[in-house]
Amino acid sequence: MLARKNILFGLLVALLMVALLSGCGAKSQEGAKSAAKEQVIRYNVGAEPKTLDPAKATGLPEGTIMMQLFEGLTRYDAKQEIKPGIAESWEISKDGLTYTFKLRDAKWSNGDPVTAKDFVYSWLRALDPKTASEYAYQLFYIKGAEEYNSGKGKKEDVALKALDDKTLQVTLKAPAPQFLGLTAFQTLYPVHQKTVEGNPNWFADPAKYVSNGPFKMVSWDHNQKIVVEKNPNYWDAGNVKLSKLEIYLIDSIDTAYNMFKTGQLDFQDDVPVQELAALKGSKELKIVPDASVYFYRFNVTRKPFNDVRVRKALAMAIDRKTLVEQVTQAGQKPAFAFVPFGFKDADGKDFRENAGDFFKEDVEQARKLLAEAGYPDGKGFPKVTIMYNTNENHQKIAQAIQQMWKKNLNIEVGLQNVEWQVKLDRETKLDYDIARAGWSPDYMDPMSFIDMFVTGGGNNQTGWSNPEYDKLVRQANSSGDQKVRMEAMHKAEKLLMDEMPVMPIYFYTNPNLIKENIKGVIIPPFGTYADFKWAYVE
Amino acid sequence: MAQYLLRRFATITLAMWLIVTITFAIMHAIPGGPFASEKKVPDAVKRNLEARYHLNDPLYKQYVDYLKNLLRGDLGPSFKYEYRTVNSIIKESFPVSAILGSLAIAFSLLVGLLAGIISALRQNRWQDYTAMILATLSFSVPSFILSGLLMYVFAYKLQWLPPAMWGTWQQAILPTLALSALPTAFIARLTRSSMLEVLQQDYLKTARAKGLSERAIVVRHALRNAILPVVTYVGPLIATVLTGSFVVESIFAIPGLGRWFVLSVTNRDYTVILGTTVFYSAFLMAMNFLVDLAYVAIDPRIKLVDRRDV
Repeated sequence: MLARKNILFGLLVALLMVALLSGCGAKSQEGAKSAAKEQVIRYNVGAEPKTLDPAKATGLPEGTIMMQLFEGLTRYDAKQEIKPGIAESWEISKDGLTYTFKLRDAKWSNGDPVTAKDFVYSWLRALDPKTASEYAYQLFYIKGAEEYNSGKGKKEDVALKALDDKTLQVTLKAPAPQFLGLTAFQTLYPVHQKTVEGNPNWFADPAKYVSNGPFKMVSWDHNQKIVVEKNPNYWDAGNVKLSKLEIYLIDSIDTAYNMFKTGQLDFQDDVPVQELAALKGSKELKIVPDASVYFYRFNVTRKPFNDVRVRKALAMAIDRKTLVEQVTQAGQKPAFAFVPFGFKDADGKDFRENAGDFFKEDVEQARKLLAEAGYPDGKGFPKVTIMYNTNENHQKIAQAIQQMWKKNLNIEVGLQNVEWQVKLDRETKLDYDIARAGWSPDYMDPMSFIDMFVTGGGNNQTGWSNPEYDKLVRQANSSGDQKVRMEAMHKAEKLLMDEMPVMPIYFYTNPNLIKENIKGVIIPPFGTYADFKWAYVE
Repeated sequence: MAQYLLRRFATITLAMWLIVTITFAIMHAIPGGPFASEKKVPDAVKRNLEARYHLNDPLYKQYVDYLKNLLRGDLGPSFKYEYRTVNSIIKESFPVSAILGSLAIAFSLLVGLLAGIISALRQNRWQDYTAMILATLSFSVPSFILSGLLMYVFAYKLQWLPPAMWGTWQQAILPTLALSALPTAFIARLTRSSMLEVLQQDYLKTARAKGLSERAIVVRHALRNAILPVVTYVGPLIATVLTGSFVVESIFAIPGLGRWFVLSVTNRDYTVILGTTVFYSAFLMAMNFLVDLAYVAIDPRIKLVDRRDV
């Protein structure tokens, strides 16, 4: 009897072991090795795309996937210079208002020619109120576009013309040098009229997906992966070396990290913070610049932040270097201004480097300012709270800043984590004291940062208003002369930092994990994660 | 019996209506919306979006429209993943969660029942202690830690199994283990305690006195009585496990239904929030009903009658 019970228990243990070990033979290394010889890259984009319709997409994962499938009038190269894409050349009128694009002989993935009419159709489609495109406003530079989209104007009045099959003419409502760069991005990609018409979900069926870029759609396995392969009809197919690109849609960064480490991914575009220290010096870790800024908003309609001296004191009393070295750990740059590195100034040099820093960390000075504002040695400073969206890294940063302010200024601040949408809602309603924020540009021009803080601007959310600032922004936006524009924006940024409604903390970086034999991938500083047009496996 | 079924059906319908109504109300009361984003869009763009998804209709109209569509079995389009309808999301992701969940339940029942029976029969011996220590462990380790641990050990360190994704049987092993840890432990402990109770009963002494084999006593007489609490637990468990787990599915990158319960709320994807809630509730109530039917089959003393029938 007893023996049988023991056998039973032994069986149970054996069953457990079998269940645990039954996968032993299932090593996938072999597959990885043979794949390395082929021109195939396995890349994780980090999320299921919400749509793959260029007119409707707004997110980075969507933009990245479509960058492989489509090409706009222009395309950025490895040096982030704007290069001809479907347009072979263009002319910009002296007043900076009229753009005339000459199209090259390009084809859709089904062999049809790409014409100027395709662009007219696609852009008007994105602007059509019925399309309900969230990024329609990327086209608002065009004369008549905003009126059409808001139902106040007619489709015919949008200043967009196909002069012939190969010539596209666009007239802007005001000079906007950033417009040219925008033609390289998703909202302004052309779509294939016959495919799109009559089927609002045309992009959901890989078999029917027609595009005009380096790659074409093969399959889309929801929440798993998208496979694209080289498009033989692409005009520059000769320079595309990859035969296939597998785009994984894994959203857990720790899982993706494990998959990279076990050889199932060649390229993962983010790295868990806890792994960064261990990866230091690894040839697989590539940290590239990211043209975004991490900052705190002050609610200037509330005490004590209605006093510029308090805002400045707080901004001067933290140690950004320690923060980026000890907490964020990915080589971020301490920020003493609002516009990140990577934007070209009028003289062709870097906007940020030309302007330099606008303030310094100085605890003595900060204490003095705080005393002048009526809080000597932090006495009487009201209890205020830093609000951030629930995320381990934001929390660590907030805790560090909380301690620095306690130590340097002897003030107590509370911490509050809220859900993402609650944070957005409370920022809009100015229902906060200090709020964590981040900003990445919509286009490669400092204006994408500067125009946030105009009076009543939707992205201002600090309650701050300054007529002089508004005037400078208007001035920059009404001129096509880069010198005049940049000058006005430099002045505006200085004013912003003098008034400090926002406290810059650091400029982001973008850490990537890439296998050493993967070459030629372009990782842009904003807008998308990666461009695989020139990528190859060595 | 017929009347009982009718009443039961009426209660379920009422409960479903309440669930839809309360979810609808709470969902619209929380801040944010499907189109909130860090970058504020111009008003015209926002109006176009709201018009497209009828979010500019008065709330009562949205509610009535939703109920009408629901009666036709149409759960509406997702606001965030615009090419997908809630019906298609459930149709695609539920089978994945159901397969994984069935594996986990089969594992939990098999291992949990066996461990529970053995522990009860070998009470206070090493078999009992080992099983109960293991049970307590898997009972108290949260699934995200267990999932991470399993992946670290078997995929990362030993490289025996693929770390994530879905499609091959190897990929099913780790998530099945992660998912079944807690129910296995629970079933083992439940079986053990109710077995211990049943084993004290007089009729088992009679059975022994009759000279029945130990095997017949345990399986036919003791287990049959001891299993009732397990059945009660397994009903709702099936509903919960088969509809997927957010944690296990996100960690192992499995395209199941579980993730949608949480993601839809983060996204404020109204139709998906409602659709998954409705689906889960209906499934849960159906399972509870099946449990009641199972009682009758297992225990002849239980009959399904309306109180007024008595």
